[in-house]
Amino acid sequence: MPDPTAGVGIELSDVTKRYPGQEHGAVEDFSLRVEPGELLMFVGPSGCGKTTTMKMINRIIEPTSGSITIDGEDVLSLDPNELRRHIGYVIQQIGLFPHMTIAENIATVPKLLGWSKARVADRVDELLRTVALDPGVFAHRYPKQLSGGQQQRVGVARALAADPPVMLMDEPFGATDPITRLRLQEEFRRLQADIGKTIIFVTHDFDEAVRLGDRIAVLSERSRIEQCDTPANILADPANEYVAGFIGRGAGLMRLALIPIGEVPLEAPDDSSAALGVQDSLRDALDLLVLTGGQRVNVTDESGSVAGSLTHAGISAALGAPRLPTGTAP
Amino acid sequence: MTGLQLANLDDFLARRWEDVVELALQHLAAVAISLALATAIGVLIGLLVWDRPVPRSVSLTAAGIAITIPSLALLALLSPVLGLGWAPTIVSLVFYSLLPIVRNTVVGLREVPGHLVESARGMGMTPAAVLLRIQLPLAWPVIVTGIRVAAQLTVGIAAIAAYVAGPGLGVYIFRGLSSLGSVNALNFALTGTLCVVLLALLIDGAFVLITRYSTPRGLRA
Repeated sequence: MPDPTAGVGIELSDVTKRYPGQEHGAVEDFSLRVEPGELLMFVGPSGCGKTTTMKMINRIIEPTSGSITIDGEDVLSLDPNELRRHIGYVIQQIGLFPHMTIAENIATVPKLLGWSKARVADRVDELLRTVALDPGVFAHRYPKQLSGGQQQRVGVARALAADPPVMLMDEPFGATDPITRLRLQEEFRRLQADIGKTIIFVTHDFDEAVRLGDRIAVLSERSRIEQCDTPANILADPANEYVAGFIGRGAGLMRLALIPIGEVPLEAPDDSSAALGVQDSLRDALDLLVLTGGQRVNVTDESGSVAGSLTHAGISAALGAPRLPTGTAP
Repeated sequence: MTGLQLANLDDFLARRWEDVVELALQHLAAVAISLALATAIGVLIGLLVWDRPVPRSVSLTAAGIAITIPSLALLALLSPVLGLGWAPTIVSLVFYSLLPIVRNTVVGLREVPGHLVESARGMGMTPAAVLLRIQLPLAWPVIVTGIRVAAQLTVGIAAIAAYVAGPGLGVYIFRGLSSLGSVNALNFALTGTLCVVLLALLIDGAFVLITRYSTPRGLRA
């Protein structure tokens, strides 16, 4: 039996948003299926309609035409307020209510759903711990007493409060500094591995999309889907110039970061080189090769014994690059 | 001559302090009742018009024009309809209080960041809940400032209400003015005026406390 709070599928069919007096729609004939438990990234430049598309799912913006279903149910036929209570929503500015404590902020949706006081209090504690904030310290603070990173965690906790099967996230980590952002992304990835929500995550940062997404929809003007595939497939085989341009340079390095060393064939070890584990990525291996200037890097398995080694050529081969015979470079 | 009359002020106050306190309390009551009514009406108008450009500018312009009507003239216009005493006093004070309260309600509500409203809507709050639980509390410090301005305005205007036999310290001021040349003319006018100023200071002080304690803790500086 499926977990009732795990993700459900979302289906958008021919969704269009047209504002009066504008020649083109902001979003035109957008169709996409999001699988249950999938983290789908919408990536595209500012103004491409990615946020508009996302906001039509919880009807913050009403579509002009088309249909949207969540778990087979037509969202446009539901009461919008009732609908939104079952969709987690995180925006870039976080939007914590400054006149309410952290606990009150997180309790917003559970209270709207009429939960008992005790249940709400338990849930607030549980969520604060989930996002690594001590309830004893933070529950009764006000948003302005928290750092940006802490506020962002509370924003995620608040969106998760009533355990919605679907989450919409609009550049949730966009306003944080790069170091905090990396940490939040890492935490979020671990969190999602546990909770398995169906998430639509809007970003303009392709690195972020690669780091977090199960699939990435690369969008252009009017929310046109240029390509929708796994990060590895998009990096390996961009559908067109637009996608390639959006990926920019460094596609090879981004792909390496997605491949664990354990997935590629290893060569015989040599005893002098530094070592990495099989769970590290090929990017880590390349990094170590560059840093040490060596020919190869040894790899250890889970038990810590040396399982083999990797060379530059081996790493390139993992990306499908032609493998040059070693030692014959001109 | 002046020296002689000021020397009498002690004596004058000693004989009439009960009377003065009575008038000051009336004055305060008139201001308080008017502010309470004006706050209820003004905030309601503000809530109704803040998000609608045409009604908003109509009501702000109307209130702006209303405030330029001389208070003496307004009282003179009201008394044939409402008679004398408290009724025209309260009505005119409410009238003058509306502009700052409506204006600050509108400004306060408009200053609430859009992303907070979107966040609240996105969580499934009804429009009424968003207004009452998010926008109004966040706009409150600005609204209280409007009420405070209205309080200052009405303490002064309430003194004119004595013209229509209204309550308050204006009674002394008018008695003094109408008996210029008599022994206590200056004492009456001076006592009335000083008490109005004193009352204004006290009310303003009270508003410092009201503002502080009615502002949600998370918003306090």
